Amino acid sequence: MASNDMVEIRWHGRGGQGAKMACMLLADVAGLQGKFVQGFPEYGPERMGAPITAFNRISEKRCNIHSFIYEPDYVAVVDETLLDSIDVTAGLKADGSIIINTPVAPEEMRPRLRGWTGKICTIDARRISEEILGSNRPNTPMLAAVVKVSGVLETERFLTDIEESFKHKFANKPQLIEGNMTTLKKSIEEVQVG
Amino acid sequence: MSGPLSGNEAVAYAMKQINPDVMGAFPITPSTEIPEYFAQFVADGEVNTEYVVVESEHSSMSVCIAAQAAGARAVCATSSCGLALMYELLYVAASSRLPITLACVNRALSGPININHDYSDSMGARDSGWIQIYAENNQEAYDNFIMAMPIGETPEIRLPVMACMDGFITSHAVENIDLLETDVVREFVGEYDPEHYLLKKENPLAVGPYDLSPFYMEHKVLEAEAMKAAKARILEVAAEFEKISGRHYGLFEEYRMEDAELALVLMGSTAGTAKAAVDKLREDGVKAGLIKVRVFRPFPGEELARALAATKAVAVMDKSEGFSANGGPLFAETRSALYDLKNRPYLIDIVYGLGGRDITVQGFETIFARLAQITATGETGPVYVHMGQRSKED
Repeated sequence: MASNDMVEIRWHGRGGQGAKMACMLLADVAGLQGKFVQGFPEYGPERMGAPITAFNRISEKRCNIHSFIYEPDYVAVVDETLLDSIDVTAGLKADGSIIINTPVAPEEMRPRLRGWTGKICTIDARRISEEILGSNRPNTPMLAAVVKVSGVLETERFLTDIEESFKHKFANKPQLIEGNMTTLKKSIEEVQVG
Repeated sequence: MSGPLSGNEAVAYAMKQINPDVMGAFPITPSTEIPEYFAQFVADGEVNTEYVVVESEHSSMSVCIAAQAAGARAVCATSSCGLALMYELLYVAASSRLPITLACVNRALSGPININHDYSDSMGARDSGWIQIYAENNQEAYDNFIMAMPIGETPEIRLPVMACMDGFITSHAVENIDLLETDVVREFVGEYDPEHYLLKKENPLAVGPYDLSPFYMEHKVLEAEAMKAAKARILEVAAEFEKISGRHYGLFEEYRMEDAELALVLMGSTAGTAKAAVDKLREDGVKAGLIKVRVFRPFPGEELARALAATKAVAVMDKSEGFSANGGPLFAETRSALYDLKNRPYLIDIVYGLGGRDITVQGFETIFARLAQITATGETGPVYVHMGQRSKED
């Protein structure tokens, strides 16, 4: 049960892909911008490749609810192979959106979404990360796509604040900052809103 | 104000601010991040703690006992089976009156093996002589850890303190938090200056010798008296803490209890979700409220009885089974506390959330609806139930 001014996001990914990290980064940046935030994972079996879920609540007031999110405003799918095994749009609000990491256009995804009639957005997060970072790390491009589509944070300020966060996080690996920043910007440009 | 932190980060940060003398370090999910973050502080020279890496939790608690007996301040962190492996030593720490501070990140005990949250681990240790304080969120986990030493190290108390938080739900959730300045924390916590310790050369003493029956019972009674005295000390420390933080803490938190007729008694992060249900029901005119038990040892029985005296029906929420065949541990304590009331409310026990099973705002609305029905009919129905059990067909 969320109040009207609260945005709830559910992430679906596989262990090792960084869905939890993207979720935590979003909470971190939104928190730095003075919003009240939650970012938390739900782990199944602790192993690489197992489906995991992560959740964000972002609001102007402190939220004390500590249950999982069953009726999200946005759903982010970091690994499209999950569409076959998990009902990712379960509970997704009719006026919400799903954001999927896939090379194909939004409308082509609809047949795989079990009757979902709402908005679909796609981003080729794998290609973007492989081109810029040299490996398949879909979480930062997915994060940028989620920020752009949801409008939960203003994109320019998001980019400024996350760069600060990266400087802290990658203090020992500064070479990673530029690539990740380019990845975020590219994703904001490329995300297709269906 | 800082950026958001997880519960584990917050407690590791509290440890850094305190800069204890010794940490006994051994990892177990979901508490592993605490010794991990702390190892970084040690490596970066931000603390001068002796960081002792050991081969088991039995040893990490043994390290803490030895260090604290020698006159040092010792901390450690654990969860679930790690706490179970410390079991023998928990009693040694408490009966030797060594005020060690343990961050207990609650997780279900095996078996079946499960990494998620319930209280089966620390509830199993409820009779070990440790003070137990439970947190609703990362802020409370941080605050409780800072209050632990001024409570436990008080000469009249000298008991170890278990500062508990919910595994994953709190330990791995990033939320906003207000941190105190390090010099404020250091001044609040102060120096550990025990009157007697193993290596005091003017008056060396033995710790943990055999105790014959003419004295064993006297020692146990002293321990019991210390636990009783801890209630007042916990409130004193909370009052001092409020001066530096602006945050108020009691033995339990009363939420919308002023005129409540239907109430819950529960612990930890679940209380936050239940508060949302209480707010919703209050909008509909239902006189709902809740009590979040913060301090489970010593158990605030008399205070709880007073707080519940005017209610009509109460559901105690147990997030551990206990296998007493007579209700969970929080229920047993609460029902015992209410016995001396002239007009007792109807009381039921709902065991929920074992192994991390989620509970929602709607779930609490259902519980309050049952309490309303009990009040209307005067029939409690089954007193001890398990919530959300799937049937054999599921």
